[in-house]
Amino acid sequence: MPHVTVPAVEMRGIVKRFPGIVANDHIDLTVRAGEIHALLGENGAGKTTLMNILYGIYHPDEGEIFVKGQRAHIRSPRDAIRLGIGMVHQQFRLVPSHTVAENIALGLPGHFFFPDRAVRQRLQEFARRYGLHVDPDARIWQLSAGEQQRVEIIKALYRGADILILDEPTSMLTPREIEELMTTVRRMADEGHTVIFITHKLDEVFAVSDRVTVLRQGKVVAIRETARTDKRELARLMVGRDVLFRLEKRPVTIGPTVLEVRNLRVRSDRGLPAVRGVSFSIARGEILGIAGVAGNGQRELVEALVGLRQVEKGRVLLNGEDITNRSPRDLVRRGICYVPGERLVGTVPNLSVAENLILKTYDQAPICRGVFLDTQAIASHADALIEQYAVTTPSRETPLKLLSGGNIQRTILARETSGAPVLLIAAHPTSGLDVGATEYIRQVLLSQREKGTAILLVSEDLEEIFQLSDRIAVMYNGEIMGILPANQADLERIGMMMAGVHRAEPEVV
Amino acid sequence: MNTWPRIRLEKRSDTPHWLSRVTPGLSVLAALLVIAVIFGLLGVNPWIAYARILTGAFGSLYGLSETVTKAIPLMLAGTGLAVAFRARVYNIGAEGQLLIGAICATGVALFIPGIPDELRLPAMFLAGALGGAVWALVPAVLKARLRIDEVLTSLMTVYIASELVNYLVYGPWKGPSEWGFPYTDKFPLAAQIPRIGMTRIHYPTLILALLAAVLAYILVQRTRWGFEIRVTGENPEAARYAGMNYLRTAILVMALSGALAGIAGVGEVAGIHYRLRYPQGISPGYGFTAIIVAWLARLNPLGVILTSLLIGGLLVGGDAIQLAMGLPSATVYLFNGMILLFVLSGDLFTRYRIRIELPERVSVLVRQEREEVR
Amino acid sequence: MSIWAYILSTLQAAIPAGTPLLYGTLGEITAERSGVVNLGVEGMMIMGAVTAFGVSLATGNVGIAIIAAALVGGLLALIHGFASINLRVNQVVSGLALTMLGQGISGIIGKQFIGMPPRAQLKPVPIPGLSDIPVLGPLLFQHDLLAYIALLLVPVLWFLFYKTRWGINLRSVGESPATADAMGVNVFQVRYLAVFFGGLMAGIGGAYLSIVYTPAWIEGMTAGIGWIVIALTIFAMWDPVRGLLGAYLFGSMRVLQYRLQDLGISPPLLNMLPFALTILVLMLSAGEAIRKRLGAPAALMQPYTREER
Repeated sequence: MPHVTVPAVEMRGIVKRFPGIVANDHIDLTVRAGEIHALLGENGAGKTTLMNILYGIYHPDEGEIFVKGQRAHIRSPRDAIRLGIGMVHQQFRLVPSHTVAENIALGLPGHFFFPDRAVRQRLQEFARRYGLHVDPDARIWQLSAGEQQRVEIIKALYRGADILILDEPTSMLTPREIEELMTTVRRMADEGHTVIFITHKLDEVFAVSDRVTVLRQGKVVAIRETARTDKRELARLMVGRDVLFRLEKRPVTIGPTVLEVRNLRVRSDRGLPAVRGVSFSIARGEILGIAGVAGNGQRELVEALVGLRQVEKGRVLLNGEDITNRSPRDLVRRGICYVPGERLVGTVPNLSVAENLILKTYDQAPICRGVFLDTQAIASHADALIEQYAVTTPSRETPLKLLSGGNIQRTILARETSGAPVLLIAAHPTSGLDVGATEYIRQVLLSQREKGTAILLVSEDLEEIFQLSDRIAVMYNGEIMGILPANQADLERIGMMMAGVHRAEPEVV
Repeated sequence: MNTWPRIRLEKRSDTPHWLSRVTPGLSVLAALLVIAVIFGLLGVNPWIAYARILTGAFGSLYGLSETVTKAIPLMLAGTGLAVAFRARVYNIGAEGQLLIGAICATGVALFIPGIPDELRLPAMFLAGALGGAVWALVPAVLKARLRIDEVLTSLMTVYIASELVNYLVYGPWKGPSEWGFPYTDKFPLAAQIPRIGMTRIHYPTLILALLAAVLAYILVQRTRWGFEIRVTGENPEAARYAGMNYLRTAILVMALSGALAGIAGVGEVAGIHYRLRYPQGISPGYGFTAIIVAWLARLNPLGVILTSLLIGGLLVGGDAIQLAMGLPSATVYLFNGMILLFVLSGDLFTRYRIRIELPERVSVLVRQEREEVR
Repeated sequence: MSIWAYILSTLQAAIPAGTPLLYGTLGEITAERSGVVNLGVEGMMIMGAVTAFGVSLATGNVGIAIIAAALVGGLLALIHGFASINLRVNQVVSGLALTMLGQGISGIIGKQFIGMPPRAQLKPVPIPGLSDIPVLGPLLFQHDLLAYIALLLVPVLWFLFYKTRWGINLRSVGESPATADAMGVNVFQVRYLAVFFGGLMAGIGGAYLSIVYTPAWIEGMTAGIGWIVIALTIFAMWDPVRGLLGAYLFGSMRVLQYRLQDLGISPPLLNMLPFALTILVLMLSAGEAIRKRLGAPAALMQPYTREER
């Protein structure tokens, strides 16, 4: 009989339902000992849910889990840790006000006393073995994302994890930090650790993994040896069709300048400079795409433009008029619309669809007469938009939270774009949406462009940026590294700029 | 392996309408049941006690009139709190705002000469409302400007207000004609709110309270300010992004609830006692009880009319069993606390589904039994 | 009396006056460090007071009375724990409910004790040697056992908070329960224990009132001490050592209120101070930088739930 090694992890027939959706639909997953296993899928494919089940955060509705050949009942992370499973979440699980050492010691079994000396010793050991350097006395909130991630990995290793789950580990990192992470992951695998690497980026699958399991809409669609597949196949499997949709982008005559941003400076929540002297302009009928790894000042830039964040220095002009530091309401009145990526920001889940549709016009005629709201006007306004934007909802009085993500985003789009906006700011408008909804939303953005709206599109999804933009800017570390016309931009140049390496010739404004 | 049954809460995606209707009532019933058990343990016959409460509060014209009398401050303060809580501004300092209202009314009644008699009462109501509003603005401004949690600051202001009343009635405002009691002098006739017949129902305040509840309902449901209040309460982030001014909404609801509590204070000193007294003598915690009233009404101002009468009846009934069964005045607090606790917890059933998971061994046994039966 | 002796005697009296505050505050600090505000302190204290008095009447044993009071306080705290930790109800309102409950039940139970003389009391225990030191001796070392224990609890809690794994777990649960949960800390257990400890301490604080400080039962005898505890917890910025200073400071104010009355200073004005000072402290510490270092536990008043989407 041939010698068969026992798989590190085997999950059989895992089912997990959340109200309204089946996040995991009879998933089988086998991870061999000592391999780097990529878990590939789009946002919402069920990757994180599956791993949260393995780590004991969720309990599966059906299915069995075997760890190192033994049937495992993982009821809490504590059980998972005991089985040698560690997980680094996308949102770091660190206590910001505590030190690195305190974070590492958190939840450790054993002595009564705080194991200060032991932590320091082990930290040195990890630095030597895996190249994971970090200062034990630093407070978490003072560390960069890459350093925080290192603390997370150390935490798992400290607890003796030999099966390490990394959930979208590169999403917050700079290219340099990504490179370091990949090295660390390989070193860990060399030392005999098993790594499960959750991602939706094809490059990463090929950069690091031995095998890959592809998930789509809560189901396993394929398992491949990484060496025996290619990007094209994986992309098709992940998305569920051959090529990604081609949107028709009609030529538009670019009109006069609508938005002009001059030398803008904005601070982050922590009070650090987040946007550091950014200048650009957008014309009528033009889409300016801003690419870049999240956390390089895009959020602060957008919030400053829609009036949610104080501009420290610099000017913002709309059709030649200075609108720097105006209130959100004033900006809304001037025709600036905003489609945020986090749908919770732009909606009130417990209020009805109709009420969500008047969120910005509730104080204007015909919705509002004097101080009273006109129920009739609200209803007809809602019915019109629901039909026009094909929002699928039981009724206009249904609480918005009961709608699917795609329909919530349609509702937002309906509200934001129905009033003939002058400037539309879309930040990650399709994140977490399924293919159909994504396509629809991109279509709406393009039709807005044709109507002459100036559009600022901020996205991490390079595909989206290339598909929609007329010009592409790249943000890195609070600065714009360069702005290229879409037809001159290619993946390589943009990628270099995203990494902060190459600075294109500054565009003459 | 876990050998205990696990209780799990699952969020409901939709709440059946009937459920949210019946839970407050069921919660009160459950609370009364538990109180009955406690009474039993303490050697008090609960059924006699409940019968006394019922007859005491609703069984006679006098009882009914007292119930309405006690409902007045609860209705006023409860209406304000319902609106504030809707905006998720947790003003728990209504008791203090009520006392400040009482102080302001007393000031106008006793210490400002030269007001024509027919304007004396309106001036008192105005002063009380303003005083309560301003007092409530302290936590509101601290929250809006410095992001200091309003829960704790509004609570602190209660005790400052209470000591302020003490200071006045033991000190500068102590009435020379009051035999050394911590009271001010009696209000002149023009500063006394008229009552209905022989009852203690000071009807102008009652009318104000009913009006406040109805207007507050219209405010919340039908006006743009109400829309701002609801959006702010549900999702402050979205409110900000929709251009709503949080500062303004927080200050509006705080001032409104403070003003209504202040009016309640005016009603107590000018409609019941005709003088300012030590704090517990003016209000046996109406400001806190109003929290129950608002919650029981599911933060609906129209519902407050009903729940304030209910709780008002309980207060009267509490007084009745005090006299009849020799229970201390604090008994009422037992009712308040227990009902509040159950109403709070009952609220949960409308938002979550409760699932009891039997431990695996047990469920295996259950399955085996079923198979055997088959 | 010379001014010096006057100050000394005030300070000496401040310790017994501050001791119930200190017990309550140490307990509330612990509970709030785990992320649970318990506004039921007043209710737990008064229940502790009535229980201690009743049990001491029945048994004549102070020790049993104190233990019983602690347990009753802890039991009440568990009600709040169940409501706020398991049922995730609004912590503020649930705590208020607990206070009302305590006031109500203590009133009914205590009615029979009104006017009765105590059967047992806690006598001061001068510490041999130390109590003879001039000035410091009478100030610090001529008190009763409970006052010493409270004093001792301060360094013990400080050590627990900052130098043990248990403390890291506790503080992490209060700062970021999701993190603690992911690291295998049982968030519910930690919170329950912290809230229960808070109840034990409040119960002892109440017992101190009815069998040491004012050896008698008077309805509503806590008279707002529970609320001062809430204020003190903030005033101390959730630190046991600052809690000690605050408790004795507010304690001395309670002593002074009677003494300064002779000088024409109104007691109510002095009684206001703890609450006014707390608001002042909140205002002064509102800055972002101070908040990060000293501020309220980040998850204070936030119920924790794992499975929600």
